[in-house]
Amino acid sequence: MSRRSRSTSGRLPLVLLLPALLGLAFLLVPLVGLLIKAPWSTLPGRLFSADVWQALRLSLVCATAATVLCLLLGVPLAWLLARGGLPGRSVIRAFVTVPLVLPPVVGGVALLLVLGRRGLVGQHLDTWFGISLPFTTAGVIVAEAFVAMPFLVISVEGALRAADPRYEEAAATLGAGRWLTFRRVTLPSIAPGVVAGTVLCWARALGEFGATITFAGNFPGRTTTMPLAVYLALETDPDVAVVLSLVLLLVSVVVLASLRERWIGGLR
Amino acid sequence: MFRRTAFAALAAVAALALAGCGDDTPAASSPSNSTSALSGTVNVFAAASLTGTFTQLGKDFEAAHSGVKVTFNFAGSSALAQQINSGAPADVFASAAPKNMDDVTDKGTPTNFVKNTLEIAVPKGNPGKITGIKDFADKDKKIAICAAQVPCGAAAAKVFTAVGITPQPDSLEQDVKAALTKVSLGEVDAALVYKTDVLSAKDKVEGIEFPESSKAVNEYPIATLTKAPNPDGAKAFVDYVLSDKGKAVLTAAGFDAP
Repeated sequence: MSRRSRSTSGRLPLVLLLPALLGLAFLLVPLVGLLIKAPWSTLPGRLFSADVWQALRLSLVCATAATVLCLLLGVPLAWLLARGGLPGRSVIRAFVTVPLVLPPVVGGVALLLVLGRRGLVGQHLDTWFGISLPFTTAGVIVAEAFVAMPFLVISVEGALRAADPRYEEAAATLGAGRWLTFRRVTLPSIAPGVVAGTVLCWARALGEFGATITFAGNFPGRTTTMPLAVYLALETDPDVAVVLSLVLLLVSVVVLASLRERWIGGLR
Repeated sequence: MFRRTAFAALAAVAALALAGCGDDTPAASSPSNSTSALSGTVNVFAAASLTGTFTQLGKDFEAAHSGVKVTFNFAGSSALAQQINSGAPADVFASAAPKNMDDVTDKGTPTNFVKNTLEIAVPKGNPGKITGIKDFADKDKKIAICAAQVPCGAAAAKVFTAVGITPQPDSLEQDVKAALTKVSLGEVDAALVYKTDVLSAKDKVEGIEFPESSKAVNEYPIATLTKAPNPDGAKAFVDYVLSDKGKAVLTAAGFDAP
């Protein structure tokens, strides 16, 4: 692995090296700024306060639940896009990726208009079942899933397109049903793509702010996730905001790095 | 040529200032006197709640002073204060709270120019049957108030203390406009916002006044900044806001005179 990367970097044109390093610095220096500005002396006290723990726990729970929801809905959707032979597939794919580029606040407003108490679907949920999603933890999960699902769908669809369909055909000729083929042949062959998409999806859900605060509001212990806590802390005590940001950064980096190394790095 | 006009303008301003002694009217309240001396762009950093009125005032000001352009940066007062302290090129700062004005290190002498009072906003038709501030302690009603960290939340907290109730909010919004949105979409039965916000959304929300709102009146200070790139423009704009014409625009939007 390391031998191969050295040989490729040796062939890198020097013209590209400078912009590459500048790009790296551009992405890393703001994070270094967080580390430098952090109030290290008072950090432990601030870190272990009940509020921080509450927001972090809620963030982790909601991001994980949103990711599970995305897996349940997103993997079949990716399969439909890659293998379904749908008419107008490129248009459908464009719509699937819209939440990626949509300002998250717009996504939150759209969710309110559909799933809110007065929304198209939400008003029936409210009158028939007494379910109201805004201002609930479930609302946070829905908002995060809305924004994060495209990451999963795109990754899984890419993996499905790259996978060799002949194995599926072979399974079919050997008498396996479609469901069995999907579970025993298709899914294992695209596992790295699914894991990569899951990690991205989880990380995006963890950092989600705009759609969450618009759709689910902000209430400690119920809907206040870490990004919301950071934003509000900035209003009164920027030091606390820095501490919260550090925690979020640490969690994200640890998860992204460990999962990538273990699953994707090994398999690719 | 330019020097002569500038001198003439200065003389005019000085004369006006002398004439205005012992009189509350700001020197440049009649804009025609300083027209020729102003040029360039005036960068105004103003609290989000001033968006509607200041946009109007900016247009009027530009019409009165040809050759001057007013650009606005509307955001939460604390965010604006941070931007100014970080060196953003601002000429004028209008804050929704004296605290945020105090945070700015290079301000001139701030003047309180308007007051804003809290009001209960309910969706059109008042579906939640809200009757007064006491309903904010009712667990069964869906309520939004501002988070305590932002000015409208601090004001709300004062009101609840004055009334002697513990509010039961479903959401602590990050700014007053977000609270207003939740009302205009009908997602909450009531929210505590400013009188000006109720007026700005009057086709979608209704306002309920309550006597205890006088316990949490919010003062808005405005100041020219000492590091202003365009000090003359900054002063003229502040004077325009404080003038009778400026006051008329602000009171029409629901602000009270200080």
